[in-house]
Amino acid sequence: MRIVLTIVGKDKVGIIAKVSNILAEHGVNILNINQNIMEGFFNMVLIADMTGAAVKLQDLKDIFTALGRDIGVEIRVQSEEIFTAMHRI
Amino acid sequence: MFTIKDILETNQMITQNNLDVRTITMGISLRDCGHPDIKVTAQKVYDKITRKAEKLVQVGEELEMELGVPIINKRISVTPVSMVGESCDSNDYVPLAKALDEAGKAVGVNFIGGFSALVDKGYTKGDRNLICSIPEALAVTDIVCSSVSVGSTKCGINMDAVAEMGRVIKMAAERTADRDAIGCAKLVVFCNAVPDNPFMAGAFHGVTEPETVINVGVSGPGVVKHALEAVRGQDIGAVAETIKKTAFKITRVGQLVAQEAARRLDTQFGIIDLSLAPTPAIGDSVAHILEEIGLESCGCPGTTATLAMLNDAVKKGGLMASSYVGGLSGAFIPVSEDAGMIAAVERGSLTLEKLEAMTCVCSVGLDMIAIPGDVTAETISAIIADEAAIGMINNKTTAVRLIPVPGKTVGEQVEFGGLLGYAPIIAVSKFKADAFIARGGRIPAPVRSLTN
Repeated sequence: MRIVLTIVGKDKVGIIAKVSNILAEHGVNILNINQNIMEGFFNMVLIADMTGAAVKLQDLKDIFTALGRDIGVEIRVQSEEIFTAMHRI
Repeated sequence: MFTIKDILETNQMITQNNLDVRTITMGISLRDCGHPDIKVTAQKVYDKITRKAEKLVQVGEELEMELGVPIINKRISVTPVSMVGESCDSNDYVPLAKALDEAGKAVGVNFIGGFSALVDKGYTKGDRNLICSIPEALAVTDIVCSSVSVGSTKCGINMDAVAEMGRVIKMAAERTADRDAIGCAKLVVFCNAVPDNPFMAGAFHGVTEPETVINVGVSGPGVVKHALEAVRGQDIGAVAETIKKTAFKITRVGQLVAQEAARRLDTQFGIIDLSLAPTPAIGDSVAHILEEIGLESCGCPGTTATLAMLNDAVKKGGLMASSYVGGLSGAFIPVSEDAGMIAAVERGSLTLEKLEAMTCVCSVGLDMIAIPGDVTAETISAIIADEAAIGMINNKTTAVRLIPVPGKTVGEQVEFGGLLGYAPIIAVSKFKADAFIARGGRIPAPVRSLTN
């Protein structure tokens, strides 16, 4: 399953480092990262492949929700399918 | 690959504009549950529902987690219970309602619909027994919903049933008077009822449906309202185009959820119901969409035209997004479930008569409207007859879900809680149609050409 991870929040040092470390620890392979700062806010969309990952989606979501709380950003993890359905015919 | 804008747009719809999938409804046939002993029938009903829908809630929650989109309700619709109970020796079908209630609670669904009878042309024994059981059934159960179809374009209107349903609604109100007549919020009277509606209180699993099926109702008034804020000042063509595009995106999510739910539950995907279903939450209102288009307050002149355009554009956008469309498919205007409609009634811009006009161009009818407790059964029947006539002549589904609140009158409020919301009591004409209702009989089926 391919997942889309979105992060929105106040910019600070090390957000990408923390997120990518967690993904690497659990064997989730990053396919694409798109990140920018819009109106002082950090926006990042990361697409990753969970094939062969050593973690379940629900557990990964819980880990990122906790991280988001710690560093003051909102992190959402969703299956890629909802975006494919909505934005691709 | 998606752009960052695509992804943030989807998530903004979910987190800020209340995008959700309103309901995954599993239809279950109970045609094989009949037995002369009603206790045996009730047990068979309970066993079949709990077996077939065992994983419904779990699958709904899994999809919600994976896709990150809320799926508000998981529901069940069953074969009209008038048919299931038909071969029972008993005249009282309340035990069957209790079996539905217990089975629905056991599998964790929000509502279970199908305590229903279809009497467009006349009654069978089972239909009579079921309708007589409705007030008690709705009083002693929590999640059972009931509906009665009293007419159709093909059959005309059964005026005996119209008269009876006025009395049944009054009895249901009295039987649940201590809870602001909540029984009536779970009871719908239809003309041109559809067999695959996933929405409550009118859902039942029609006789043309398969053994089990998954039907999905989408939602998203807040998303449409937000999209329209970007085209302020542009012509109405731009408004219609924006609604279409938004409806397409909303429906694609519903289609994804429906297909995946059907696959995981090892059953058939039935239909997507393309409806804009409001909730009492701020920012989730159909009335606010109409006001965004340019009305000072919903119910003012211009309301019917804007609603007709909205309803049509939602269908045009949704049709391409889904492989199978059905159910009620249209904008809902339930008064108590829509913050904008409630405010419009309170301001005095929205009346029962204007609501009736609005039902000519949208789904589904006079829905969740609280009326004074002293309105007579005959007057309720006459309102049902008017609404059924609109459905019959216009070849569309119409419905009536009125709540005559005992002891309350215009100026007071009634609170149902949750998705059912709250409603100010709305005025009803003091003039009577008692002699018309007393006639009984059938209104003949209408001519289908010369349609002016």
